Amino acid sequence: MPAISREDVAHLAQLAHLEMSDTELEKMTGELGVIVDAIKSVSEAAGNDVPATSHPLPLVNVMREDVVGQTLTQEEALQNAPDAEDGRFKVPAILEGE
Amino acid sequence: MAHATEELVDFDEALDRYDPALGFEVHVELNTATKMFSDAPNAFGDVPNTNVTPVDLGLPGVLPVVNKKAVEYSIKIGLALNCQIAEYCRFARKNYFYPDTPKNFQTSQYDEPIAFDGWLDIELSDGEVFHVEIERAHMEEDAGKLTHMGTSGRIQGADFSLVDYNRAGVPLVEIVTKPILGAGKRAPELAKAYVAAIREIVKNLDVSDAKMERGNVRCDANVSLMPKGTTTLGTRTETKNVNSLRAVEHAVRFEIERHAAVLDSGEKIVQETRHWHEDTRTTTSGRPKSDADDYRYFPEPDLVPIVTTKEWIEELRAQLPEPLAERRKRLQADWGYADAEFRDVVNAGFLDAIEETIAAGASPAVARKWWMGEISRLAKNADVEPLDLGVTPATIIELNSLIEAKKINDKIARQVLEYVVAGEGRPTEIVEKRSLAVVNDDSALGAAIDDAMAAMPDVVAKIKDGKVQAIGALIGPVMKATRGQADAGRVREIVLEKLGVEG
Repeated sequence: MPAISREDVAHLAQLAHLEMSDTELEKMTGELGVIVDAIKSVSEAAGNDVPATSHPLPLVNVMREDVVGQTLTQEEALQNAPDAEDGRFKVPAILEGE
Repeated sequence: MAHATEELVDFDEALDRYDPALGFEVHVELNTATKMFSDAPNAFGDVPNTNVTPVDLGLPGVLPVVNKKAVEYSIKIGLALNCQIAEYCRFARKNYFYPDTPKNFQTSQYDEPIAFDGWLDIELSDGEVFHVEIERAHMEEDAGKLTHMGTSGRIQGADFSLVDYNRAGVPLVEIVTKPILGAGKRAPELAKAYVAAIREIVKNLDVSDAKMERGNVRCDANVSLMPKGTTTLGTRTETKNVNSLRAVEHAVRFEIERHAAVLDSGEKIVQETRHWHEDTRTTTSGRPKSDADDYRYFPEPDLVPIVTTKEWIEELRAQLPEPLAERRKRLQADWGYADAEFRDVVNAGFLDAIEETIAAGASPAVARKWWMGEISRLAKNADVEPLDLGVTPATIIELNSLIEAKKINDKIARQVLEYVVAGEGRPTEIVEKRSLAVVNDDSALGAAIDDAMAAMPDVVAKIKDGKVQAIGALIGPVMKATRGQADAGRVREIVLEKLGVEG
């Protein structure tokens, strides 16, 4: 059984807001399958007694004091906005998600 | 927008047939100086998009750093909710696309919350106590503020939206309860009391401004019903946007009535979010749970784990203020109020005010009399919160000493308070300016009493016969003659003296 199905890829594409053609879906299913297979070898090496690594460095509690620093100006903040109005980012009406 | 009218079942009837289960997710905005993962100011009401750094805007290549104070505040909340504090926990990315979240993920915590397994005892207005179990309290960040522009002003039919990211990244603690069973008909009250308790706790801890009208404390209310006699939880709905205590109560009530109607008709409850509408006090269907809720959480690689030590936790525990329940017990004992009296004071929100008034020198009885009596009455008439009338402990002390010195009587004192609230100055000034001092001058009073006795010989005869209570008939005319400034006790004494009758 392949590690990843065409439906999985279609679902992920939807979650990622990517539009993919049938050809692309087909191609990506194959390519992702190869990647997933490659990564499988890791789980063969590490047994259940080895916790999954989320952070490779042995660091904890990297924190800062609660002191205000430098902020952007409104102009700087909006500099790369595709569109802006009244000092705010202007975005298309949100139809889904509500 | 036209809402389909929902079928409802009368509340009492619904609860004759069904048992409700409640669950709450309360978001608390912390009042740290800076945001959760950036050093931008955490401030309300500033010019849009000025309290932002590249981290808050999700620009490429940025590195978030955790605010230590926000972690400590979260631990304090956990301790105040009787939670266990995690020895080790991580942040996680919750992935979704929405314009108020510029990174396209919210930094949150997933299966490793900073605090878990707590509880809270919630006391209702008549003293009944419900034990609410807290599942978890986890750290996360707030989203930006969207304003929907268009003819409707609502998201439905909006032409476009404007986004202000000042709020993006403000530290949040989300407090999640376990399902709350057994509340029955008291479910709406319990809902309100629970959110009120959380608000009070975070305010008492001074970790949040706790203003619901500003969104510092926000509640999502989960409701489900199960037929009486069964034990399997029903399908729940999650009502969002219930952001006042009153709305929490109404929303739970409405959902119970709506669920009952759906279940009565043999249909199934759809698991979905519901939107609360304050204007109509109804909920409408939001979106059903779907694939879009596949958030693909994974550990946040840019933030290293948080490890707590016993020493750190104990240091924070030592900073906690006196727990509210203990404070209440102590105050009630100190003040000597009866249970019902004390509960009324708590329900009216006067604990702090009365404590300050007593600290300023008033007796517990006097403090309670003014706050529960005249101040509440004036506030009700003016349709404002009693605490917003601007009455200070000093005003109460001054009024009371004027009464005790017999300069004014209770009735005049109430008038003086009205003038104080109207901004005419301090009580002593007002009494002088308006010549309100009680007529204690026995000659002036004596003349008024002589007039009254002359006008009512039958009353005088009764008093002489020993019917002392007949004096009451004389007090009215004397008060009238002195414009209410006579001391009724003194009038009585003088009358008895004049007639040579023993009181």
